Amino acid sequence: MSGFVVDSTVSSGNSSVAIPTDISGQILDLDEDDDLEVFSKDTTVTDGSSFNASMQTSPASMINQYKFEEDAEDTKDIFVTVDNPESHVTAIETYITYRVVTKTTRSEFDSSEFEVRRRYQDFLWLKGRLEEAHPTLIVHPLPEKFVVKGMVERFNEDFIETRRRALHRFLNKIAEHPIFSSSEDFKIFLTAAPGELTSYKKQGPGFLSRMGETVKAVAAAVRGVRNRPQEFTEMQEYVEAFSQKISSLDKVTQRIVREQKEYLEELKECGPTYALWSQSEEELAEPLKDVAGCVDRCCKETEEQVKNLNDNLIPVLHEYALCTDTLKAVLRRRDNIQADFEAKTEALATKKADRDTMRDDLDKAEDRLEWANNALKSDWTRWQKDMRTDLRSAFVDTAERNVNYYEKCLAVWESFLHSQRTDAEGNGNVDFS
Amino acid sequence: MADSGSEEIAVIGNTDLTPSESENNLKNTMVEKGTSLLKMMEISVAEAEKRTGKNAVNMQETYTVYLIETRPVDAASEGTNPVPDSLWRRYSEFELLRNYLLVTYPFSVVPPLPEKRAEFVWHKLSADNMDPDFVERRRVGLENFLLRVASHPDLSSDKIFYSFLTEENGWKETVFETGFQAKADSRLKALNATFRVKNPDKRFAEMKHYGDELQSVISQLLRVRARAADRLYGVYKVHGNYGRVFSEWSAIEKEMGDGLQSAGHHMDAYAASVDDILEEEEHYADQLKEYLFYADALRAVCRKHELTQYELEMAAQDLTSKKQQREELATGTIRTFSLKGMTSKLFGQETPEQREAKVKMLETQIEEGEELVKERNTECEEFVKSAWVDIERFKEQKDHDLREALISYAIMQISMCKKGIQVWNNAKECFSKM
Repeated sequence: MSGFVVDSTVSSGNSSVAIPTDISGQILDLDEDDDLEVFSKDTTVTDGSSFNASMQTSPASMINQYKFEEDAEDTKDIFVTVDNPESHVTAIETYITYRVVTKTTRSEFDSSEFEVRRRYQDFLWLKGRLEEAHPTLIVHPLPEKFVVKGMVERFNEDFIETRRRALHRFLNKIAEHPIFSSSEDFKIFLTAAPGELTSYKKQGPGFLSRMGETVKAVAAAVRGVRNRPQEFTEMQEYVEAFSQKISSLDKVTQRIVREQKEYLEELKECGPTYALWSQSEEELAEPLKDVAGCVDRCCKETEEQVKNLNDNLIPVLHEYALCTDTLKAVLRRRDNIQADFEAKTEALATKKADRDTMRDDLDKAEDRLEWANNALKSDWTRWQKDMRTDLRSAFVDTAERNVNYYEKCLAVWESFLHSQRTDAEGNGNVDFS
Repeated sequence: MADSGSEEIAVIGNTDLTPSESENNLKNTMVEKGTSLLKMMEISVAEAEKRTGKNAVNMQETYTVYLIETRPVDAASEGTNPVPDSLWRRYSEFELLRNYLLVTYPFSVVPPLPEKRAEFVWHKLSADNMDPDFVERRRVGLENFLLRVASHPDLSSDKIFYSFLTEENGWKETVFETGFQAKADSRLKALNATFRVKNPDKRFAEMKHYGDELQSVISQLLRVRARAADRLYGVYKVHGNYGRVFSEWSAIEKEMGDGLQSAGHHMDAYAASVDDILEEEEHYADQLKEYLFYADALRAVCRKHELTQYELEMAAQDLTSKKQQREELATGTIRTFSLKGMTSKLFGQETPEQREAKVKMLETQIEEGEELVKERNTECEEFVKSAWVDIERFKEQKDHDLREALISYAIMQISMCKKGIQVWNNAKECFSKM
């Protein structure tokens, strides 16, 4: 069991920091690590350059942090479900809300059960907040905004169901994440009454300050990073390659589904044809009817199998394809933080005025960078582990269902064969053995 | 055989009967129930070869010839394995043989030849007559044809058939010398009879109807099956892409690499397995096709009945009208309108001598007519008797063969499922090592 910790003690003005390299994978030992910090919850950044590095290390929150890591795999203390989509019609628009039920034993929640209704926009908001707060952590993707086909599709039953499942997975991934699950935004999302949520959303950095951050982000991006550490370059290369592979798999699987559906269309005509034939026959009527029945049963199984692929494998592949966009964004943001640091380093070297403030800024930038790098490294390992588990279980599941499918069809035909042979022996006909 | 003591559906002992084994069962049945010919000699179409030569209009053509081997039965059972007698025949000679049999034994349901051109093909299967798979399937079909004829109670003792199997040279001339082509009924004549016959035997009318239905439903089945085969091919082959992508993906992963790589191999195996599966199914399609063409032969017998019945009716009708004419002449009354009657009214009666001559002619004609009716009646009766015997024989054969075909289809499906189970279980194991 690996914990997720970034070991760093940072306070403004302190230029010496003890920041070990990535220690994810090491078991959290309560006795040894004294200077564990909990990530601040009210940082609001777009590119990390205004990252507030003041930590709130209340004992309570630290205890909670430990608790997450121990309980990560043994006891979940928060259960979130997304279900019950409902359509709402107002004068301006029609939209769907989903019921979000939370059951938890965590102490920072006022009660142990919550039920709220949320719409897609709210999920988008939550995701945005988490990304702002933790620019180099990896947030699980949300289902896409709209289907390419058109707006009408938004209210299609299958689409809503697919989206509901994806939203459910999204919230669960957040709940399982050691940092995100203790986010105040997350808590508000799960518990606030609609009016509360709206007013809470209105807080946060004003429009202008957001603009300022965006400008800084663009500037940083334009500058570009000069000395990217090798491991992040490797990460980027991996992400590129992985992105191609996963999107290929997504496409291949969709193609399989298409072909299966077309096969099913043709197969559906076979059974009735055998049945039709049986009407012209006497001796053969029975076996022909039986064959028709077998073919029809196999059709049902094939239909089931296609549905399985659609409901289980494709959404997972699709989500990981979306993940790669997130990963690329995270790597970009990290680069920007580094670019900012590099720019400030240069500025200090060249400019003469305001050296003290500049040195301060530089220190902050350096801290930010260290922080961002370690955060990313830890979360990267976590993400990879998750990815491996998710994809492995999706493929194992698919293989299992396919075995199941063939076993069912096998039974269908074997029972036909059996009935034919017992018939033959009963009638004293040709011996088949 | 079946499992005992189990509450679920009993496990059948031998579901691994391959289609070729079940085809063998068919052949053995033919031999067992077979005629004296098959008890005397073994017949097979052993090989196929391409030849080129000049055709009737002196142009180069490529064609396939088939090697017919015959071997006396007792020689083989004695343990010695003498070289079989053999000769080469091309498809057109088989056609000639069959046409001869059709004309000479109109009351028999003559076994059909395998199709001349590939039809009901799904796209991956070649429709080219020169394609080796097509040639191979045709070879099997031709052998089947010969065995069917050889096991037919009437056809097997035919001399032309025997010389087809044994006399390489001059066989064609011998066939033409029989003058069978002259005996063939013209299509027009047959069609005419079908429309005009008044009292065909009900059983034959039903059989003809059955033949129509059989042909229609088997055609439909073959079409649907071919389309489904096409689609199934697509499904399996796309899985090959998994193999490729898994392999590429495994290159960028550390722990997941091995599992992915080996899973990829199983996906490739899965994709490749469809070729064998569909080849076996083609065999099933051929069994259906045989009966598709048999339906035609069945209908031919029914049409022949209609023709003989019609000719009987015509003769009887003719006789009746002649008798009526005689009566009219004798009594002087004209009951029916006739040109002679009119002209005699207009131009005066004939002389007694003329009348005398006419009556005499009619008497002769009536005599002949009565003979003809008797003849045709016998013909008709005999035809109905023989044809119905063969139709009953055919029905039994059809029920047996098609049932076997359905069973072999089920066996194929079972084999396909077993392969699927194996591949996906293997894949599952590899995935769990990811």
